Amino acid sequence: MRHTISVLVENKFGVLSRISGLFSGRGYNIESLSVGETIDPQISVMTIVTTGDDWVIEQITKQLNKLIDVIKVTDMTELDHVEREMVMVKVAPRQDDKAEVLRLAEIFRGRVVDSSQKTYTIEITGDEKKIAAFVELMKPMGIKEFVRTGKVAIAREGIKKK
Amino acid sequence: MKLSGAEIFIECLKKEGVKHIFGYPGGVVLNIFDLLYDNKDVKLILTRHEQGAVHAADGYARVSGRPGVVLVTSGPGATNTVTGIATASMDSVPLVVFSGQVPTMLIGNDAFQEADIVGITRPCTKYNFLAKDVNDLAEIIREAFYIATTGRPGPVLIDLPKDVTSGKTDFIWPEDVKIRSYNPTYEGNKWMIKQAAHEITKAKRPIIIAGGGVIISGGHKELKELAEITQIPVAMTLMGLGGFPGTHKLSLGMLGMHGTYYANMATQNSDLIVAVGMRFDDRVTGNVDGFAPQAKIVHIDIDPTSIRKNVRVDIPIVGDVKFILREMLSILKEESKGQWTEIRKAWLSQIGQWKKARPLTYHSIDDVIKPQFVVEKIYEITKGDAIITTEVGQNQMWTAQFYKFDKPRRLVTSGGLGTMGYGFPAAIGAQIAFPDKLVIDIAGDGSIQMNIQELATAVLEKLPVKVAILNNRYLGMVRQWQELFFHERYSYSHLNMVPDFVKVAEAYGAVGLRATKAGEVEPLIEEALRIKKPVFMDFIVDWKEKVYPMVPAGAPIDQMLFEEEEKKAEKKLRAVK
Repeated sequence: MRHTISVLVENKFGVLSRISGLFSGRGYNIESLSVGETIDPQISVMTIVTTGDDWVIEQITKQLNKLIDVIKVTDMTELDHVEREMVMVKVAPRQDDKAEVLRLAEIFRGRVVDSSQKTYTIEITGDEKKIAAFVELMKPMGIKEFVRTGKVAIAREGIKKK
Repeated sequence: MKLSGAEIFIECLKKEGVKHIFGYPGGVVLNIFDLLYDNKDVKLILTRHEQGAVHAADGYARVSGRPGVVLVTSGPGATNTVTGIATASMDSVPLVVFSGQVPTMLIGNDAFQEADIVGITRPCTKYNFLAKDVNDLAEIIREAFYIATTGRPGPVLIDLPKDVTSGKTDFIWPEDVKIRSYNPTYEGNKWMIKQAAHEITKAKRPIIIAGGGVIISGGHKELKELAEITQIPVAMTLMGLGGFPGTHKLSLGMLGMHGTYYANMATQNSDLIVAVGMRFDDRVTGNVDGFAPQAKIVHIDIDPTSIRKNVRVDIPIVGDVKFILREMLSILKEESKGQWTEIRKAWLSQIGQWKKARPLTYHSIDDVIKPQFVVEKIYEITKGDAIITTEVGQNQMWTAQFYKFDKPRRLVTSGGLGTMGYGFPAAIGAQIAFPDKLVIDIAGDGSIQMNIQELATAVLEKLPVKVAILNNRYLGMVRQWQELFFHERYSYSHLNMVPDFVKVAEAYGAVGLRATKAGEVEPLIEEALRIKKPVFMDFIVDWKEKVYPMVPAGAPIDQMLFEEEEKKAEKKLRAVK
């Protein structure tokens, strides 16, 4: 099963390689990994998407916790949470398809961030399903380049009823 | 007053109470070596190879319980430490390894003798540091010792660029260490401990499996008390030998691939396993799916990743063995009214039958020296009280089987990584820690050649370590596997040429003795022990001898091969011919 794990780490050099080395050394998968500073510049947050059965996921979280630079490990999959990813797609549609590309971008609340005589670059943010759907629709339009950030995830806060 | 990085290094070692370090000089660590030249507080033991230095520090740490310290130069000096560091890492040995590094300005430039040792050792250290600024040095060293010695111990490496050892700053020793992301658990969960105690009271066929964690935590007394009060037999892993007295009537000896018949049978037939400070290594469990099918498992370990890594666990308890056993004892003592002897009668008598059916044994032939006989004689003559180091392979397994360790920190062996060439330098380190104790390396002719250069260290430092070489002219364990599982195709396991170890010893200024007949073994050992110098004892042993019992890799541990069966098969074959 796929799990999204959020890891708070000390923002020091070498931490990323400790984490990625742990995954490669022990034969765990990384589907995506994103890193960035938190509000506290001494702490970074990594969002790791990985797959494995319960035994493997338990080992992954324990092994992550064991690393000296890891402050906190949260398996987001166990919590109510929001996941987002951003992709940028550069498409080169035929003249006839140009309007369709823009229309689809609008439907998916994408933005055109660059355009040329032959191409549009569209930025789109969403969860996995939305991005997959958009990519499917863009494929026939002629994708030239495609980049994605990897997922980030955050836990939802419950709302207290008055 | 401002101190240089090199001076801070020395001051920090003094603060940590380090008296001996092991190492080898080189270009970028000369600032430090210059200070060591006439330093009275910290003495460096010069080995003949950096790998030897790390194993020596490791041996020192295992027998003393104090961290071993290593100092080497950059590049090849640093990369030569990797096997030693990985050895210590697998066996949870506290080490602090200082490697020199090229000046910070040159890092990343492929400078002369530059190696990314922080990158290289990342997966085999508990943690490692690159000290980029002399202002951070004292804190880094303090943290390194703290990390190495707390929680599950392990090796820590500090990479010291040359300009950091020459740079100057105020020396401030940080009295307290607090690392917010590192907080080992010592006291186990009380509720879980209660559950475990409850299981012990219910169990009909319980056993304890004791691992290296018993020795590291110093919980051997508590373990003995627990076993005696509740009358539970104790099997040990290789690393756990000495954690419970090997001569105790509740001892089952070692379990696993070359474990005793009775330890493996007891494990497989138990209804409760109390695993204490061990990690269910594949050499212990054999086929995991067939391991102890009827047993509930209580697993006590300080490292949460050890729990549920290899086997299912019913009651996990994360924490220090000593703390947890104490807590468990206080519960069980209350429930104890001397009823245990009665309750265990059937189980212990079953184990007694297993013990009687297949004790550890070997067959003597005329005057041929059997390797097990040598180990037995060493055991008898030293009254089981020597510090024994081993190399890896048959010599190691025979030691584990035939030397009964009654006390902790007496067996020093590379269990997890299985490093040939470990035992001799480790013996040197152990002798440094305890100059007055008898230290013997039980070696094979293959392994001893992997760090034989350390004879020079032993001779120069006047360390009377003894090396018993079980000389069979083969890589015996490899040969054994080839005989049993590869149709006797002895591919590259025959060494063909083994040096004259007596002459080698003499060439280094040590003493060499040789025995070729069984009758010579005892007098030779006695003679060697009288000599106050390093001695190589070259025992020309039966090369055909194999380690039995043996569980073939991948089989459950109650499917064992025995020598008797082999002998019978041979007889039959001869009759047919």
